[in-house]
Amino acid sequence: MIISFLISIISGAIHSGTPLLYATLSETVGERTGIVNLGLEGIMLIGAVVGFTTTVQTGNPLLGVLAAALAGGLFNMVFGFLVITRRANQLASGLALMFCGVGLSAMIGASFIGSRIQGLNEVRIPLFSDIPIVGRMFFNYDILVYSAIPVAVLVWWLMFRTRWGLGLRAVGENPTAAFAAGKNPHRLQYQALFIAGILGGIAGAHLSLAIAKTWAEWMTAGRGFIAVALVIFSKWHPLRAIAGALLFGGAISLQLQMQARGVPVSSFLLDMLPYVLSLVVLAIWSGARRHATPGSLGRVFQGTE
Amino acid sequence: MNKAFLQIGFHHQWVASAIRFVGLFVLALVFFALILLVFGKNPLRAYADIFSATLGSAYGFSEVAVKMIPLILTALAVALPSRIWLINVGGEGQLFIGALFATWGAVNFTNLPVWLLLPWIGILGFIGGGLWGAISGYLRVRGWASETISTLLMNYVAILLVNFFVFGPWKDPESANYPQSAPFPDAAILPSFFGTRIHLGIVLAIVGLILFHFVLSRTRWGLEMRAIGVNQEAARRNGISTNRYIILLMLIGGGAAGVAGMGEVSAIHGQLRPSLSPGLGYTGFLISWMAGGHPIGIVAAAFLLSVITAGGDILQMTHRIPAAGVHILMALILFVVLARPAGKKGGK
Repeated sequence: MIISFLISIISGAIHSGTPLLYATLSETVGERTGIVNLGLEGIMLIGAVVGFTTTVQTGNPLLGVLAAALAGGLFNMVFGFLVITRRANQLASGLALMFCGVGLSAMIGASFIGSRIQGLNEVRIPLFSDIPIVGRMFFNYDILVYSAIPVAVLVWWLMFRTRWGLGLRAVGENPTAAFAAGKNPHRLQYQALFIAGILGGIAGAHLSLAIAKTWAEWMTAGRGFIAVALVIFSKWHPLRAIAGALLFGGAISLQLQMQARGVPVSSFLLDMLPYVLSLVVLAIWSGARRHATPGSLGRVFQGTE
Repeated sequence: MNKAFLQIGFHHQWVASAIRFVGLFVLALVFFALILLVFGKNPLRAYADIFSATLGSAYGFSEVAVKMIPLILTALAVALPSRIWLINVGGEGQLFIGALFATWGAVNFTNLPVWLLLPWIGILGFIGGGLWGAISGYLRVRGWASETISTLLMNYVAILLVNFFVFGPWKDPESANYPQSAPFPDAAILPSFFGTRIHLGIVLAIVGLILFHFVLSRTRWGLEMRAIGVNQEAARRNGISTNRYIILLMLIGGGAAGVAGMGEVSAIHGQLRPSLSPGLGYTGFLISWMAGGHPIGIVAAAFLLSVITAGGDILQMTHRIPAAGVHILMALILFVVLARPAGKKGGK
């Protein structure tokens, strides 16, 4: 009984944590170049709806993921144009992007409400999936779950082990110095935002293709904003984001398990858990984050005129 | 002669900024028309229907005014804290908590006379929204969380809290199975005017605007807020407590949104429902941003977005466009405002 409960919680945490991890990585890449993107919620919605509709029409969920990633990347270019080229306020631009994503996804998905799909199925790994307990806990997921941690490592490698990543982080710390050192801050920021959009699109696709297997308006329910809090929690580090996403996935999973088992607490109060936990975590980690914040976060490179 | 010249100059500047704004608005309309075309809808018919349903009749016009009431208040909830660079995106949650508090007052103090009950639920609405906003202010002052992210997260908590009450302890046993509170007693319903749905909240919204303008331009508090807005460090060295202003402005701003919630639940719905607000708090944020926090600008932008919001209902009924579709138009307007050539831009 206890063991099966624990297995459900852990496998649920991995499942629910996956879109959060992709979303947190997305926001991390952007913020490392000095750009806060509150539009992540909108990008995820676009990813979710494009992934879903593509899957309904082609019957191939992998094509859905691909389309979602591309749509997320392109959609984020609108944000890039506003904050990089037009130097608009990042927070207001992000919220405008969120609004646009909410409306656009509702329009695209309107005629697909109620459609059912097979979605991304569990990929069983021969031998490993047959191990008793452990097999169910770690080797019974869809492809996006398996690829989540490798993607986090890839993002870490790109940002901390390549020249490109060094330039990216330099722009996030001090764009003028990076410019003086021969980097092109605006080009690097556009590249970072495109990658961030791809990751955000995948996060949305996992929600609609693997978790819900359906489309509903505003189905992200604030996960984009939770991811913004998770970036602070993970101190802008892609590998620490894995722990953060698992923690929050665990909170969502715990809440779902308690509802499924009929624990006599209102589901509405349980649903508050991830949001309240985000606030608590932000408060506890506030002392530690000062040194980790990218230096130019929220400001925009004004050129050298 | 010099004076006359100045007047012409002033006049010209005002006209120029009005023309610029209309130009931006038309640009957003063109973009939205293109999007409608992509989805196979006829944009000209859509715009014509929106126009005739909102501004084409006295009734339509009064409904636009009805929608402006909560929007002006939620815009003030954003505009006031924005004076010292606080970004309050929590209007939605503050509105819900204000409505929650007002409902508690209306349903539990049914034997109060109307002249006492109405101010009582108004104050409760203000306190509810104000406390919700002040929590974010406190988190900010302690350095625990930026008000931007905390207000966003608390929107979800607030809406879930209202759901908890109307699905649970406050559910009206007499309403078949609908999640809603007991209906407000007659004494707790804000009176309406001229046979329309325009209610007493419009007076509160106008008083709010006037107070906002007066406090900012004519009082020491307005001066101190300007000082904080220009240079926080210098203000602090002159003995102005920034922290006190942060909590106070989040409290008053949240209170304004809470009063909006009180007005909606009392005058429009008559009982607390989860469908209380179609994003009024978020729309208020857009309005404040478009208006640059200027009182007249807030009225103009609130009018514009009321027409669009009301238009959203029309599009849903006659063109089968989801109600959320007009969010695109709102976003496009903000996009063009944000992307306009630098120079006239306020702030950083």
